[in-house]
Amino acid sequence: MSGFAFDPCDKCEQMMQPYLDRVLSDVEIKEAEEHLDGCEYCRKRYRFEVEFRTFVRQAVAEPMSQELKEKLRSLRTPL
Amino acid sequence: MSEASESSARQLATDARDRVRFEEEALDLSDQVYGVARRLVGSREEAEDLVQETYARAFRSWRSFQPGTNLRAWLFRILTNLNIDRGRKVQRTPDLQPLEESDYFLYNKLEENAGDGAPDERRVVERLSQNDAVTALADLPHDFRDVVLLVDLADFTYSDAAQILDIPIGTVMSRLHRGRRMLKGTLATAATDES
Repeated sequence: MSGFAFDPCDKCEQMMQPYLDRVLSDVEIKEAEEHLDGCEYCRKRYRFEVEFRTFVRQAVAEPMSQELKEKLRSLRTPL
Repeated sequence: MSEASESSARQLATDARDRVRFEEEALDLSDQVYGVARRLVGSREEAEDLVQETYARAFRSWRSFQPGTNLRAWLFRILTNLNIDRGRKVQRTPDLQPLEESDYFLYNKLEENAGDGAPDERRVVERLSQNDAVTALADLPHDFRDVVLLVDLADFTYSDAAQILDIPIGTVMSRLHRGRRMLKGTLATAATDES
């Protein structure tokens, strides 16, 4: 059965998010890592995905105010 | 003191101690709760109200929390339920536009857009703007945003997110997949329009 070339980079791409989410099986992790070790194209994109997650997290972070913190403490049950 | 009242006094003391511990542990999580609340709603004020309601309800119903189970998930369940109860606008199921085929497409687009000027590959992500990320997240349909926030911001597992939102785990996975792609799609457009 030929005609559909199996492209390991496509496979790697499909596994990228589950890999980063740590939901792959041991066998799949090994497969993904072996591919990443040998493929600069996917490795670049893997590094980007890692940085992208950090970027989004930091970009949307907004610390809460001290006032709110105090208000929450005041909601505790009086002893 | 009679034996019975002594034992009930002891019980009260134990209760109070458990309650204090519960409240302190819940308060330790407030930064995370606020961080997600802030992105569930449109303004800082609404987020502050929502977080206060969450803690008021959590402290009121502390007895329904089973010690030894996941307090963080329990709190976030209160948060997301209250947010839904606040009567957020009923949203039409978004017309599901075809997703970008490829998970790599944001990177590819940014790289392509940089032209041949020997871009520093390691810093491709720096071409994205913080404001665009905030807007792109806010623009996600809320069913998708809920899941993205719980998994990508609050680090919940798929199965915790499923329990918090009371949806099947398969739905978590498909909304997460779709939500992330939509986010990347918006950011790709924003980044290439601006440059």
